[in-house]
Amino acid sequence: MKTATATAPANRPITNFLDQEYSAGFETLLEADTLPKGLSEDVIRVISAKKKEPEFLLEWRLEAYRHWLTMTPPKWAAVSFPEIDFQDIVYYSAPKKKDGPKSLDEVDPELLKTFDKLGVPLHERARLAGVAVDAVFDSVSVATTFQKELGEHGIIFCSFSEAVQKHPELVRKYLGTVVPQGDNFYAALNSAVFSDGSFVFVPKGVKCPMELSTYFRINARDTGQFERTLIIAEEGASVSYLEGCTAPMRDENQLHAAVVELIALDDAKIKYSTVQNWYPGDKDGKGGIYNFVTKRGDCRGARSHISWTQVETGSAITWKYPSVILRGDDSVGDFHSVALSNHRQQADTGTKMIHMGRNTRSTILSKGISAGHGSNTFRGLVRVSPKAEGARNYTQCDSLLIGDQCAAHTFPTIEARNPTAHVEHEATTSRIGEDQLFYAMQRGLTAEDAVSMIVNGFCREVFKELPMEFAVEAQKLLGVSLEGSIG
Amino acid sequence: MLDINNLQASVEGKSILKGLDLHVKAGEVHAIMGPNGSGKSTLAQVLAGRDAFEVTGGSVTWDEHDLLAMPIEERARAGLFLAFQYPVEIPGVSNAYFLKAAVNAVRKHRGLPEFDAMDFLTRVKAEMKAVGMKEEFLYRAVNEGFSGGEKKRNEVLQMALLEPRLAILDETDSGLDIDALKVVADGVNRLRSPERALIVITHYQRLLDYIVPDQVHVLSHGRIVRSGGRELALELEEKGYGWIGDSGEVHSAPEPAGGAQ
Repeated sequence: MKTATATAPANRPITNFLDQEYSAGFETLLEADTLPKGLSEDVIRVISAKKKEPEFLLEWRLEAYRHWLTMTPPKWAAVSFPEIDFQDIVYYSAPKKKDGPKSLDEVDPELLKTFDKLGVPLHERARLAGVAVDAVFDSVSVATTFQKELGEHGIIFCSFSEAVQKHPELVRKYLGTVVPQGDNFYAALNSAVFSDGSFVFVPKGVKCPMELSTYFRINARDTGQFERTLIIAEEGASVSYLEGCTAPMRDENQLHAAVVELIALDDAKIKYSTVQNWYPGDKDGKGGIYNFVTKRGDCRGARSHISWTQVETGSAITWKYPSVILRGDDSVGDFHSVALSNHRQQADTGTKMIHMGRNTRSTILSKGISAGHGSNTFRGLVRVSPKAEGARNYTQCDSLLIGDQCAAHTFPTIEARNPTAHVEHEATTSRIGEDQLFYAMQRGLTAEDAVSMIVNGFCREVFKELPMEFAVEAQKLLGVSLEGSIG
Repeated sequence: MLDINNLQASVEGKSILKGLDLHVKAGEVHAIMGPNGSGKSTLAQVLAGRDAFEVTGGSVTWDEHDLLAMPIEERARAGLFLAFQYPVEIPGVSNAYFLKAAVNAVRKHRGLPEFDAMDFLTRVKAEMKAVGMKEEFLYRAVNEGFSGGEKKRNEVLQMALLEPRLAILDETDSGLDIDALKVVADGVNRLRSPERALIVITHYQRLLDYIVPDQVHVLSHGRIVRSGGRELALELEEKGYGWIGDSGEVHSAPEPAGGAQ
């Protein structure tokens, strides 16, 4: 960009824009029960014992671990980072406590303050907002609100550990049925060492009366977070679930390798929304979370519907492909995504829609925003199997570039093995240029307003899929994450 | 109201404006004419604050403020409006949203209450009628897929809504048919008032049949080489730009429109 000597620096909007501080980057000092670094069968046994798990689960973990030992990290994603030393990670860290909090009153006030600072509505605010929250701090779930009210509808919403204790038969029936232990390198690692997560079970015919939400927080140093989420909607049930994520600012990278499994039986609907704001690293690419996540939904029943909506603004590296297996006839899968990469962030994200049932439909709507030196990759697979008569897919994949140092890539793959399949793909790339900013500023808008107007316009179709209060949050988050991007 | 003294500006090291003087009083309409490459559009962009142009000398005073020290949006809020020669497309942002944000930014600056959605729609629909724009343009993305004429109408619409104190029209007439030209002229004429000043940049005399200027200036090689009344424009029409040039510079007849910055 050319500079002007006679004009104020405020006239160089793209230069000043993307340097906003990460506001969730504080650390909470808590006494923690932490295992030494490293991974072995013994570590897994200790984790399992600490959680008083039934024998089947320990065996399941060990099986996963043995499988993992035979695997190598995937190399195909368009991201680059130094090799991870998996023996240099702490696999279990929990805030110290007696027996686990029975109610919010027993939760460490420091911890509540943390979630308060992050704007997680754990307390009365939860009641006002009508959102039931499960909060996962480092490796364990610290509080789940609204359990009683949900219980009256027969809905189970609790930490994964609690589900293992209280509903082992459900866990055993569904765990690993969507993402098997050996599915991929990070899923296998997660299966071996996962420490907590959320569990949701909505029984037949029940429409969950409120939004369910989990808030994930990585706090401790050198700790990996491996949570496991399992959501089951029985016949005719429906549920909307949202997860939010943050972490303190640290110079070293931290690993987050989660697995999420969704199961929808006949006529069930699951809507899963993510607002991911893990620490992205500083503007030179130091620190930040490696977010290597396996998310998959199984439309097991006829006419079932699984919908993924994600707003990905954080993490140094994002490697994530929330997918839907459309097994049931007439089932529907959606993927709506906004992925932002600023500074040195790398995002390789997308989805897989596997059409197996007849007349299955899927929609993919991906909005990638690259700014600074960010790199954003959309990777999509639409597979129509031979038996999937009348399957339809519509894919739209848009990229927005801010400045001229960033990159956007699109890798769509279509495998249609049934002649009746109807698959459409559209892609666009646009750039926020100096021209557009100058035009908007000449009409009296600030550079920030102009960029946020353009970015929000670009993302509108995805934001409208988010629950109302989170749509507002996502919009704000995007504004913050983009500050300093103009240059 | 506007005093430009010895203004010099360059782009990518190439000098474009080489000591330009211009004095505009409130209530006046000034036409600036000149061949392509003479610096007409550069002048407009420098006044609006485009940073691709480097001001290397001179001064611009606007209502006792140092115009060149003001950020782009401050100039706009204080009432400087530039009708673009090539209006910019902003995909994904509706015209209605954009216009409302702009109008309210300016109103706020002037200490006026911001328009709510209803007030705004009433106002904008009335103005759209005046410039012959269909309502559907409110809900389309800013300038996206607009024809050349529609884009220019949209500029005139914005000008009317923002009620500028100093409006600069940068070849707004280029590429327009006679009907669209009349719409632009009508928009400008409606805006004429004792408090406002207008600078109309044009390649052709034609527009000045509809907008009668108080003064006409001829720009050549980054300087104003002749000033006069309306008759100067007619003279240019007759003789072309070849005969101007006080410093021995000789120019060919006008090129077709559209090639300037």
